[in-house]
Amino acid sequence: MTDVTRLTLAQARDALQAKTLSAVELTQAHLDAMAKARGLNAYVLETPDQALAMAAVSDARIASGTAGPLEGLPLGVKDLYATKGVHTQACSHILDGFKPDYESTVTSHLWRDGAVMLGKLNMDEFAMGSSNETSFFGPVASPWLPPHRDGAWAREALAGDKKGLLVPGGSSGGSASAVAAHLCLGATASDTGGSIRQPAAFTGTVGIKPTYGRCSRWGMVAFASSLDQAGPIARTVRDCAIMLRSMAGHDAKDATCIDAPVPDYEASIGRSIKGKKIGIPKEYRIEGMPAEIEKLWADGVAFLKAAGAEIVDISLPHTKTALPAYYIVAPAEASSNLARYDGVRYGLRVPGKDISAMYENTRRAGFGPEVRRRIMIGAYVLSAGYYDAYYVRAQKIRTLIKQDFEKAYAQGVDAILTPATPSAAFGIGEKGSTDPVEMYLNDVFTVTVNMAGLPGIAVPAGLSADGLPLGLQLIGRPFDEETLFSVASVIEESAGRVALPQPWW
Amino acid sequence: MNAPANASKLIKGATGDWEIVVGMEIHAQVSSHSKLFSGASTEFGGEPNSHVSLVDAAMPGMLPVINEECVKQAVRTGIGLKAQINHRSTFDRKNYFYPDLPQGYQISQYKSPIVGEGEVIVDVTASEQIVVGIERLHLEQDAGKSLHDQSPTESFVDLNRSGVALMEIVSKPDIRSAEEARAYVTKLRTILRYLGTCDGNMEQGSLRADVNVSVRRPGEPLGTRCEIKNVNSIRFIGQAVDVEARRQIGILEDGGKIDQETRLFDPARGETRSMRSKEEAHDYRYFPDPDLLPLEFDETFVEELARHLPELPDAKKARFMRDYGIASYDAGVLVMERASADFYEAVAKGRDAKAAANWVINELFGRLNKEGLDIASSPVGADQLGAIVDLISEGVISGKIAKDLFEIVWTEGGDPRALVETRGMKQVTDTGAIEAAVDAIIAANPDKVAQAQAKPTMLGWFVGQVMKETGGKANPQSVNELLKRKLGI
Repeated sequence: MTDVTRLTLAQARDALQAKTLSAVELTQAHLDAMAKARGLNAYVLETPDQALAMAAVSDARIASGTAGPLEGLPLGVKDLYATKGVHTQACSHILDGFKPDYESTVTSHLWRDGAVMLGKLNMDEFAMGSSNETSFFGPVASPWLPPHRDGAWAREALAGDKKGLLVPGGSSGGSASAVAAHLCLGATASDTGGSIRQPAAFTGTVGIKPTYGRCSRWGMVAFASSLDQAGPIARTVRDCAIMLRSMAGHDAKDATCIDAPVPDYEASIGRSIKGKKIGIPKEYRIEGMPAEIEKLWADGVAFLKAAGAEIVDISLPHTKTALPAYYIVAPAEASSNLARYDGVRYGLRVPGKDISAMYENTRRAGFGPEVRRRIMIGAYVLSAGYYDAYYVRAQKIRTLIKQDFEKAYAQGVDAILTPATPSAAFGIGEKGSTDPVEMYLNDVFTVTVNMAGLPGIAVPAGLSADGLPLGLQLIGRPFDEETLFSVASVIEESAGRVALPQPWW
Repeated sequence: MNAPANASKLIKGATGDWEIVVGMEIHAQVSSHSKLFSGASTEFGGEPNSHVSLVDAAMPGMLPVINEECVKQAVRTGIGLKAQINHRSTFDRKNYFYPDLPQGYQISQYKSPIVGEGEVIVDVTASEQIVVGIERLHLEQDAGKSLHDQSPTESFVDLNRSGVALMEIVSKPDIRSAEEARAYVTKLRTILRYLGTCDGNMEQGSLRADVNVSVRRPGEPLGTRCEIKNVNSIRFIGQAVDVEARRQIGILEDGGKIDQETRLFDPARGETRSMRSKEEAHDYRYFPDPDLLPLEFDETFVEELARHLPELPDAKKARFMRDYGIASYDAGVLVMERASADFYEAVAKGRDAKAAANWVINELFGRLNKEGLDIASSPVGADQLGAIVDLISEGVISGKIAKDLFEIVWTEGGDPRALVETRGMKQVTDTGAIEAAVDAIIAANPDKVAQAQAKPTMLGWFVGQVMKETGGKANPQSVNELLKRKLGI
């Protein structure tokens, strides 16, 4: 029998509906694959019993003709989503042993529609990172082999400290790695500055960050509230469209979540993009950009032109200020959002001689170095005397960035094409150990989108000279995810689907 | 705030006069069924941690959603304070660590409050009225409660209050004495109770005051202030102002200077104590709460709320003065509580309104105060008191007998009209009986008769004697007339 984990989500759905495959079989195949892939460290918790029980229910629903849109489809869930009774720690030590007695809105939408939960996926601690190396549960390895390395070498590295293996990107590294390694059909992820799009680009998968407000944040462990947004990572544009339709929707429990109907995103796959105006922002042609990224971008332009789109040069003049402004706004919000982890009510508690000592001991032991750094930056930029110089200015920049995009869209631009990342995936332990900014630069093309609250999708568009996947990013108008799916599916089609690695692990 | 100092309010120090300057921040718990940002109950007195939602406990991933009823209550209060209502306001986070603050921040309105400037008209005494300016009113979350007396080694936390909506009402520094401070809070509480936006219950902590006190030489700029935190009774507010002003004057007269600090009032010892200095003040790192959108509404929303507001104390007082012809201070006393005002109106309806006011204020309120009762639990109802007033005006009983009758109704209840009959309390209007008493007294006191004829004011003595003789039941008018005729004056 063929390996059913190699099916796309859409193919699996159709097979289940055609009853040529059962949800239990499909789920078991994924559980088996997960068991063999533990070295990648993509999952921090596997939930086989729950998965098989959900799959059995799905089979019954399919049999009775009451199947939901995601009936029987096994998915992974980023550890940031609250899952009732199941490990939810945002991969931080400070949430030690935390099992919520509530379910996030986004995941409850997935279960409502019949999806099956395989387990919780690794991530950067509190979603702070671009390589999945800040997780309390250790780094995740990408299923992509490093250049000039074979499976035997990689298996040895996997058993050791993983140095030299490739990062899957972050913060949704577990999601991207699991999807690329066929350890689930799709995964929930979240994106505050690029945490869906960058790992998707690094692993040859597709990831969309929808417009801010499209998905409810209720039950997602908060990093930076004004930037955080849920989204899927999957192997095809269509699969992302199918997942997003279920994940999105109004939720009265999140004041920032909009009350607007969720379109049938899948219907926009394959829709003609003839006459669509695609903007190419000159400011994204950054200094020192590798030639292969330049070429990728040019290829993308050629694909879209060939499909009848009109290519226009645009300017987004405040792009350069986005990254520094982001690294003020996001840590500021994080420093406040993470204040609740104080050892008083749940999670880790390290005793001390008095309440202050307990706070200090708990937070010192519970947060990793990157989280501590961002809390300190955040507290600093909000403190009396620095607030105006940092936080207020960053918010002004944010407004200017938003206006840049508004002007482009006012000129009739339908979507904007940029590279997703400035390079292909790098090695575990390779970046950021001496200068954190080196790591932060990974987000240079993606943070603008969060700052402006816009939708952005990363889609594989080619390979690097070393044979590693590279992605392009499309940025859309607010709440126009449909255009992104249409245009992204053209790139996917034109570039040819990336051949994901065969298991070596 | 720089109006000429009122000499009668000044404090005499060893080196001359001092003026007290007070401004207040009142924390008033919003009357609402659920909390400001969660659906948990606000009921007082539940088992610890029985009214706590996931949001109140700051569980991971929880988000605040504004309770529209709390917004309406704040707007109603703003209208009652004759204040500017801001159609757009924002919520900020005030960050600090404390075990009873689960989020690690309080959601408050720092930059743009829902209500701006307004004013409160305060009757300080029967003859003195002041206007206290309102700086702003904003909505914010209450914290939980730390319990330190449950275990020798641990502190416990009760989150029932965590997230309950508070209105912080900030006054301008327009208050000049302890008496004014008390009168201001009393009036503010009256307004809130009329509006139904806060129950004003200080024992249960529904109304707490942070009192800012400074002193200065009359006419000089404002002195350095100290903030006395969380004073929880009107009496203590007055005491705290006095004690703190005297402390500051003492320091200044000794050549010292006042340090800006936060202090606590200890009613048992009658002193204020330093809690933390300005240097120890927290850096709250305020910033706009990204989980909440700006709070916006239009004028229609405000008008709709205004249309359904009850008659407020100032308007009611003006109406009482106009329609019932009663004095300003009396009207002020009557409108202090809505229930008292309603009671008065029931008594006054179709009767001598001034007499009704006297009976309600002097007899009824006096007695209620003495017994520590409120108007709702008065043993004498409005119809009963009305009947007593009727019996007087009809000449059936005298004022003196009426007080006895009131006493009977208070302790035993019953229909005053029937009681007068059954207990023989009716006035004697039978001139024959009165005349007999008059004659007897004239006959027995020839010397007084001579005196009265020389000095007619002596008549009072005779009236008294006759009343005594008739057990107070003689109609005073008949007695007067008879005596004048018989004495020839």
